[in-house]
Amino acid sequence: MLFVAQLVNALQLGSIYALIALGYSMVYGIIKLLNFAHGDVIMVGGYIAIFSLAAGMHPAVAIILVIVGCTALAIIMEKLAYTPLRNAPRISVLITAIGISILLQNLAQLFFGARPRPLHIPFPTGSISIGEITLAYPMLITIGSAILSMLMLNYIVHRTKLGKAMRAVSEDTDAARLMGINVNSVITFTFALGAALAGIGAVLYFVRLPVVAPTAGAMLGLKAFIAAVFGGIGSIPGAMLGGFAIGILEVIVNASGFSRWTDGAVFLVLIIILLVRPAGLVGKPTIEKV
Amino acid sequence: MRRSSRRIVAILMAMMMVIILLSACGQDEPVTPPAGGQDNGGAPEAVTEVHIGMLAPLTGGAAYFGLSVQQGAMLYIENFNARGGLQINVSTRDDEGSPATAVAMYHALVDAGVTAIIGAVTSGPTMAVVPEAFAEGMPMITGTATHAGVTVNQDTGEVFTNMFRSCFIDPFQGVKMAEFAVEVLGAQTAAILYAHDIDYSIGLTQAFVDRAGDVGLEIVHIETFSDEAPDFMAQLSNIAAAGADVLFVPVYNRHTALIGPQSAAAGVTSTMLGADGWAGTLDAIADPSSVEGAFYLTGFTYESEESHIIEFIERFEEEYGLMPNMFAAQAYDAAAILVAAIEKALADGHAPGTEPFKQATIANMSATDMNGVTGRITFDEFNNPQKTAFIIQIQNGEARFWGTF
Repeated sequence: MLFVAQLVNALQLGSIYALIALGYSMVYGIIKLLNFAHGDVIMVGGYIAIFSLAAGMHPAVAIILVIVGCTALAIIMEKLAYTPLRNAPRISVLITAIGISILLQNLAQLFFGARPRPLHIPFPTGSISIGEITLAYPMLITIGSAILSMLMLNYIVHRTKLGKAMRAVSEDTDAARLMGINVNSVITFTFALGAALAGIGAVLYFVRLPVVAPTAGAMLGLKAFIAAVFGGIGSIPGAMLGGFAIGILEVIVNASGFSRWTDGAVFLVLIIILLVRPAGLVGKPTIEKV
Repeated sequence: MRRSSRRIVAILMAMMMVIILLSACGQDEPVTPPAGGQDNGGAPEAVTEVHIGMLAPLTGGAAYFGLSVQQGAMLYIENFNARGGLQINVSTRDDEGSPATAVAMYHALVDAGVTAIIGAVTSGPTMAVVPEAFAEGMPMITGTATHAGVTVNQDTGEVFTNMFRSCFIDPFQGVKMAEFAVEVLGAQTAAILYAHDIDYSIGLTQAFVDRAGDVGLEIVHIETFSDEAPDFMAQLSNIAAAGADVLFVPVYNRHTALIGPQSAAAGVTSTMLGADGWAGTLDAIADPSSVEGAFYLTGFTYESEESHIIEFIERFEEEYGLMPNMFAAQAYDAAAILVAAIEKALADGHAPGTEPFKQATIANMSATDMNGVTGRITFDEFNNPQKTAFIIQIQNGEARFWGTF
């Protein structure tokens, strides 16, 4: 019985990691950028939720505002910081991403203070019992909405014109441009899509961990990044798989009394996967021309 | 080689000069001359003033504690002086929360002729000063340093007989809550969730486990977490499955803000017990209903109905325009204990600053039995207070004073 409870618990955490890992993976897939500011978008989402709920908005409106806000932030970030660096060396863009992450954290600390703030998103509480197993609604809703989001993403990527353009840009940017695809707007769309998923992830994350601090997104972002690498960065199914794998790993480590090794175990996974299978679980090994 | 060693000597000399300059700066504050000084010995009726020192971090990261302590202690002393008769003069030195500065400032106070010291405030600086004060037989009392090593030499087990404190030591709270679980709640089984990388959490857990064995409380499950890890769901699911009567959570409010809601989601039904780190939980938590019914212990509460505590709070508010916190209240009691001991030593005919005076002050402090604003205080053989604790229960989303225990 405990096993089932822990499994659902692991799937809840895993689906949050997966949603965030998708943003990393999609952006990397399209412009080979590790967007380290991605985790901090979630932190900003948390503050948006705090202020919109404090302003007396309906929770559903607040949740939509979080998703829209995260998306808008990502578009602004992409336009202001990454577009001007489109032809710059990849290392410059990477450093810029780290810089934006630091900027967002410090802006949050400046405007909202370093003290963690409670965030109570009104969510159905209760639980359902099947035999001896009790499953809390938030867990089931989290897993359900994560799966639904992933199905929608799958539809967008594989069944729409924009999705086709995304895949084309990802495969060969220059060829895509020659075919008449507006590469810049496709890249912006990818950022927006990733951030919208992060916005959903933010809501689900703060339902599970209802405290927002300026550094809330830092470790979360790193874990999601590891999930993306584990699954195979650039690959959408890989990000989902990686997210669930990291979530399950953390819960196993925590539940078996080794909580001091939780973060260590996750980083160990990163090291092992980079040594043994750098392309990730489902990634295709590529040879980089130097 | 010779050149580099010469350079090291030069650097050392420069550092010494800086230190001398800095310690000289510390003496800029007005120092009241030790009126009842050494020359005055043998004439007790002539003593109208006693000169004591205070060590507290008034700048730096621990300044919040230091300023609270200064306010609490000075409130007592000003009220005492206002009665007329014996006057207590206080020289205050800023230890900046640094052990090295604390030692330098301690010597500055000794040079200024103090006969007893209130301080220091945090455990590190206090532990740096105590061995020297012990060697000189200087009576000392702190209101806030909770580390076991403040009154007992951790290497030799020797008690620093000159050093007292008015605050709980960390393990004491664990003992109290184990007794509370059995005697008041009638609990038979307990689970524990603690941070493996916070000394406070480890110390309380150890004491709780030890005491639980004595009072017949069975520990059925222990889970740990890391300070910076915000996710406790896996541990709490295990705890929910263990189904203990009480769950002891000796952590700070930054953890309870997360543990509360997650324990509700994980289906934990045990009554939660905490310690003074829980103070402020309701300000930090998103969903207060998730910690409904939890008990925790505190060294001070606004809600007590005892008249001397109400009076203290009113006077403090009048003087400083804010409510006293636990640190100010404990410092107030520390000052009260020291002043009472000094009065008695004077009454017995000892002249301030003399060896017999210091010894008498120390003996009087050790015999303290005082009903202070943080509870009734007596000292055990390690100079740690045996106190009644205030128990707070979270009821209807409010921290309510449950009673003393």
